[in-house]
Amino acid sequence: MQKTSNVAELQDICRKVRRHIIEMIGAAKSGHPGGSLSAVEIVTTLFYDIMRHDPANITWPERDRFILSKGHAAPVLYSVMAECGYTPIETLNTLRSIGSIYQGHPDRRFIPAMEASTGSLGVGLSVGLGMAEAARLDNSPTRVFVVLGDGEIQEGQIWEAAMYGAFHHVDNIVAIVDYNRLQLDGFVKDIMEVEPLPDKWRSFGWHVIEADGHSIPNLQAGFAEAAATKGKPSVLLAHTTKGKGVSFMENNPKFHGVAPTTEEVALALKEIG
Amino acid sequence: MRKYELKLGTATREAWGKALVELGRENPNVVVCDADLAKSTFTHLFQKEFPGRFFSCGIAESNMVSIGAGLAASGKIAFVASFAAFVINKGFEQLRVNVAYPNVNLKVVGTHAGISLGEDGPSQMSAEDLGLACSLVGFTVLSPSDEVSMFALVKAAAAHVGPVFIRAGRTKVPVIYGPDQKFEIGKSVQLTDGNDVTIISHGLMVAESLRAAETLAGEGISARVIDMHTLKPLDREAISKAAAETGAIAVVEEHFVKSGLGVLVAQVVAETNPCPMEFHGVNDCYAESGTPEQVLEKYHMNAAAVVETARRVFKRKK
Repeated sequence: MQKTSNVAELQDICRKVRRHIIEMIGAAKSGHPGGSLSAVEIVTTLFYDIMRHDPANITWPERDRFILSKGHAAPVLYSVMAECGYTPIETLNTLRSIGSIYQGHPDRRFIPAMEASTGSLGVGLSVGLGMAEAARLDNSPTRVFVVLGDGEIQEGQIWEAAMYGAFHHVDNIVAIVDYNRLQLDGFVKDIMEVEPLPDKWRSFGWHVIEADGHSIPNLQAGFAEAAATKGKPSVLLAHTTKGKGVSFMENNPKFHGVAPTTEEVALALKEIG
Repeated sequence: MRKYELKLGTATREAWGKALVELGRENPNVVVCDADLAKSTFTHLFQKEFPGRFFSCGIAESNMVSIGAGLAASGKIAFVASFAAFVINKGFEQLRVNVAYPNVNLKVVGTHAGISLGEDGPSQMSAEDLGLACSLVGFTVLSPSDEVSMFALVKAAAAHVGPVFIRAGRTKVPVIYGPDQKFEIGKSVQLTDGNDVTIISHGLMVAESLRAAETLAGEGISARVIDMHTLKPLDREAISKAAAETGAIAVVEEHFVKSGLGVLVAQVVAETNPCPMEFHGVNDCYAESGTPEQVLEKYHMNAAAVVETARRVFKRKK
């Protein structure tokens, strides 16, 4: 794979990733398009620009670790990893079908290059902390990136992890909240409000960074700030739009977990370009 | 029949703590997480000697299990410990998705298991931990009976690649084994040769079963006592052999009878050499506070009660 910091190049990869997401969920006839599309810039920027990793050496001990704690957004991870060369692009459309490596939620048994099997919400940040602690013990430059959903942080274990990270000064971990303000049953504010989010993380002892989660320069600056922050963990609150890039999916709770029809797939691909 | 002195030794939780320190000395890759019970689980011995490899997680068992999983996934030989009731019940989802499902090399130790912790009462007791642990795919599940077997099996667990649950008790228990006894995961130990009835047990009920066997010998009933320290993978060969050779089996354990070793043994017996069986354990109830001795006696966890169960199954032989 060719890593890049060039914004136009990264945007072009994001466009391809969005196409994969729509096509694969359309082919599977089930899946979670909304939360996959909202995290496209986050995951693409991490894999193509920020993280130290090597698709040709997946057991490199000093690699950075990525955990998609909001595992239902698996299509965005599969698409980016396939583009990086970890897995075949040709079979992305086997998503969710029997025997496919592209399982409904990330499953390490099928793709060992993924650092964690996820899907049960609320546990990924803690696993990431364990990896970050192991790296510190080994004096390894490894850094750990964990993508959380804003609905996901309603899970209590997230805040157990938040306490742990600050108390133990785990500064080689970055939590990214895909802050799209929607969850399965509707708007976060109507199901279980998580605001005031910056204050919550700050009071738990984390360095809080806010960014437009669809602006690559914004994300790049945010990750640079996190890397420069020592002595405490950082959380990047990425303000995003659920369903980003497809007009009829944007900010529409319906597309949390409903696949587009054949006609909707065609329409969406036309919009994405 | 071979006689056992059964002198009172240390609690298995203490033996586990000592084994952990030795592991720490042998291998710098061994790390430990605890959830504010280090003094009770005996991980404080490791903490004192290796503070840099000890991770205090506070009173947050779910988080501890997941952090342990992350450490193990990064190549550490990670142990997490708490009371069995808390690490298994509060950490169960994390044991399922962060440990069992991706088959992470985490070692989980639950102390104060069973009802023999006594005074603290049912909220701290655990009579379901082994059933839950056995339901986790790929887990090895151990319930050692004394300090010697605990020490050896903790070391065997560390050497084994894959997730392990180890059950330890709070109270001091008799020493069964000599210092040279060898233990192997998945291989039970036959403690007495008997052909009239078999008593299969684990944990602190093994010593009580040996005492029961002595009483039974006085009545002319020769009992084969087996220490089934590994519940998973189960020693099927020893079970089917005992069923064929003795024709009657009592399973004796400090655990719910509906989800413990008994049901696992019954499955093997049914599949190999069907014979009468009795199940001796904690029935469908939560125990209560009292001294360990009082609680064990009230809930039939002593040699006298085991004798009755063994007699009952012996009489059912055709």
